[in-house]
Amino acid sequence: MQATETDPRPGNGTGEPGPIPVVLTINGTERRLEVEPWTTLLDLLRERLDLTGSKKGCDHGQCGACTVLVDDRRVNACLTLAVMLDGASVTTVEGLAQDGQLHPVQDAFVEHDAFQCGYCTPGQICSAVGLLKEGRARSDDEIRELMSGNLCRCGAYVNIVAAVRQVMDGTGAGR
Amino acid sequence: MVQTSTAPLPSRAYVGTGQRRIDGVSKVTGQARYAAEFPADGLLYGHVVSGGALANGMIERIDASAAEAAEGVVRVYTHENRPRQPWFDSTYQDQVAPPGIPFRPLKDAKIVYSGQPVALVVARSLEVAAYAASLIEITYREEPFRTDLAAEQSNAYVPPEKRAGIEPPPPDRGDVDRALAEAPVKVEASYFVAAEHHNPMETHASTVVWNDGKLTVYDKIQGVVASKEYLTEVFGLIADDVQVISPFVGGAFGVGLRPQYQLFLATMAALDLQRSVRVTLTRDQMFTLTYRPHTIQHLALGADRDGRLTAIRHEAVAATSTFEDYQEVVVNWSGLGYRCPNVAFDYKLAKLHTYTPSDMRAPGAATGVYGLECAMDELAHAAGIDPLELRLKNYAEEDANTGNPFTSKQLRECYRQGAERFGWSRRSAAPRSMREGRELIGWGMATGFWEASMQQTSARAILSADGRLEVATATADIGTGTYTILAQIAADAMGVPIEQVDVKIGDSSLPASPLEGGSWTAASAGSAVEKACFGLREQLFHHARAMEGSPLANEVLERITFAGGRMAVANDPSRSVVVADVMAALGLEKLAAEETAKPDQDAQENYSAYTHAAIFAEVRVDEELNVVRVTRIVNAVAAGRILNLKTARSQILGGVVFGIGMALEEQSELDHRFGRFMNHNIAEYHIPVNADVRDIDVIFVEEHDDKVSPIGVKGLGEIGIVGTAAAIANAIFHATGKRVRDLPITPDKLLRDGDDGVSSGMARAG
Ligand code: FES
Ligand code: FES
Repeated sequence: MQATETDPRPGNGTGEPGPIPVVLTINGTERRLEVEPWTTLLDLLRERLDLTGSKKGCDHGQCGACTVLVDDRRVNACLTLAVMLDGASVTTVEGLAQDGQLHPVQDAFVEHDAFQCGYCTPGQICSAVGLLKEGRARSDDEIRELMSGNLCRCGAYVNIVAAVRQVMDGTGAGR
Repeated sequence: MVQTSTAPLPSRAYVGTGQRRIDGVSKVTGQARYAAEFPADGLLYGHVVSGGALANGMIERIDASAAEAAEGVVRVYTHENRPRQPWFDSTYQDQVAPPGIPFRPLKDAKIVYSGQPVALVVARSLEVAAYAASLIEITYREEPFRTDLAAEQSNAYVPPEKRAGIEPPPPDRGDVDRALAEAPVKVEASYFVAAEHHNPMETHASTVVWNDGKLTVYDKIQGVVASKEYLTEVFGLIADDVQVISPFVGGAFGVGLRPQYQLFLATMAALDLQRSVRVTLTRDQMFTLTYRPHTIQHLALGADRDGRLTAIRHEAVAATSTFEDYQEVVVNWSGLGYRCPNVAFDYKLAKLHTYTPSDMRAPGAATGVYGLECAMDELAHAAGIDPLELRLKNYAEEDANTGNPFTSKQLRECYRQGAERFGWSRRSAAPRSMREGRELIGWGMATGFWEASMQQTSARAILSADGRLEVATATADIGTGTYTILAQIAADAMGVPIEQVDVKIGDSSLPASPLEGGSWTAASAGSAVEKACFGLREQLFHHARAMEGSPLANEVLERITFAGGRMAVANDPSRSVVVADVMAALGLEKLAAEETAKPDQDAQENYSAYTHAAIFAEVRVDEELNVVRVTRIVNAVAAGRILNLKTARSQILGGVVFGIGMALEEQSELDHRFGRFMNHNIAEYHIPVNADVRDIDVIFVEEHDDKVSPIGVKGLGEIGIVGTAAAIANAIFHATGKRVRDLPITPDKLLRDGDDGVSSGMARAG
């Protein structure tokens, strides 16, 4: 990690624009940052803010491992430039638990063993939280379809659907 | 080693139940850190430059001046300027290296495969490193290369040097030619399995933290011991100066068995610059690592009119690189899967100008059993016998390859329970005889086999005065659930609540473990941890018995139970002592035991140990669009003792999903003009997504095995994939009447073929 919140100014020596000030609310805390115009939200979180919960599986919008919530909407942080988000509120997987209590989706993921290696998991969980807010999914097939932007190479899909369904139905943790 | 008769049996409060993962909370809250996520002061970022669109030749000129001049770039390494210390060992072979000369990045100007690393840019930020990498200009001199397996079949050869740990095909038995000539029912066909890349969701990364000449290395690896050994051997480092740590691994499936080139590059730069360096591969670069070799198989099966097998011939030609002879067990399965007097095997390699293939989930078996189980389905159809009935008729009671009995084999129960759950008896035999609307429905089945083994492993157990129990061994948890099963085993062995157990793994400073692979970790690390806990029990008991006025005086360890934090006489629980009191009386802060568990030599020589499964699949095929959906899978598995019902089930689910990918989606496609896997991203290399997976039902058939490992565990990492692709392919035949022998079965292949639908893998292979 860099000791300061400003990158050593990268660039190609051609006098391209330098860092741009932005204000972001990240997991409820307002952050005033200077970011290079090419820095993605994902790299900002992982490399500068030490919020490594959001994962990088492809950096191309193909896997969903980097899914975070921007103003409650699920987005791929690898496809989002940080400077586009001035004034926005970002919730990452680190910001879901409240007062030491897991978010119901997090708890359901543990209960249903909806992950193995855990690398796709923060993205799956943020995506599921976003999905529940959208209120579009009703059936298991709809959950499957609307969670299909989040790949899981460990193949935990059956359990992911069960976890999301449990929270959707409000059926408690069933421990 | 089999549990000695004097060892006390642990209570089973946790083992065999469905425990939540003890590392679950850290994973769902984003606290679990993976190799690229460990911070370091003044960290530098390395970006790998991948070689150009040729698979053989030389780098003629490499111009890094523009990259070096970019602001924020610290150094650019190429083969011309890489450090050339005398210690550099280019021949060291890692633990699972096949025979040959291992690839070493930046060794010289030679290009041996397309996309190989040719430079490393080290910069002060991730973005600058990636940008500067794009400024490097390279000219190559191309030499001829060959990447077409079908074309290279004629040059295939039997590998002269065997790969350690891989059984070559057994000797042929009987007279296959004659048996085939005389068989009233026979089938013969070729099958093709496409090259596949592992594609764990986490890309490979190493963070090398430099601290006054000592290195702490966070690596993506299926066993920190392998990385440490690699670094000490290749870079001549002193063992005490290197610690490799890998608490979490974001999937691996075999691609983390051999230390990969980012470890070399990050370490080289860190040592040279005396700075901490991280190198993370991009997703495309994951396709420049190892892969499951595409393989052409030819099978011929003969049977009598009742469907009793009289002959099996199983031949395979698999891809390898020009510099290593990668080998796996592809054809041997045909000698042990079923009872058959005449069997012939042939396993050859063909050299391609690619990187060396390597183990990918159920290496060899995923490929070979696919061929065998599809051929069995074809035989059932030809003989007019139900596919399940055919398997039962030819059930093997012993391993005919070695003549040894099995340590246990509950496959019959797998067939019975799986068929019942699936409703197999309601299957109508004729292809295309089941449909709903415009969807053709097909039911197929297959058998799965995987070797059950254990490896020597050491573990340590430490009991603290405050009651916490720590168990430690260097092994890995690549998503398999190692942390949790070790906690369960330790909690049961010492009779303490699982919440009191801390598990330490993924650290080379801990007692030695082998690589996590081959499905042997649960049996190996589990046995070692249990043995270490037994060591603790013994010490505690001797201390307790020696105390003045001890209620355990004159007792023997075999009669002592450990539960609820007490040691008690088995049939007289009133005579007991509190473990913490013993520690306190002796003034002990900690009590430690370290033990090594080894496989039983005798059992290894005189028995064959395998995991078995019966897989039943339902597919629905859109009659016009030929889109296949796998709507239902039942997988009944016999794998000895099941330690954790939750994580065990997840292992099988994951294997089945891998099998769905193998059957319908996955293929790394070589463009022979460039020698490169062209679909090198996960938009074009398709792995199953959520919507591709429907109901998967996992059954664990009860199986007791006192020989396979001290704790009776066989392992589950691979068995879920073995046979799955065949069950799906067979279901597609049943649905459509079309036999596609060429994986993956994509809609174009179902469309392309005429009504008989015979597509031979041989025709298209490569
Ligand atoms: S890392 Fe953003 S979608 Fe894959
Ligand atoms: S849990 Fe490993 S990729 Fe989903």
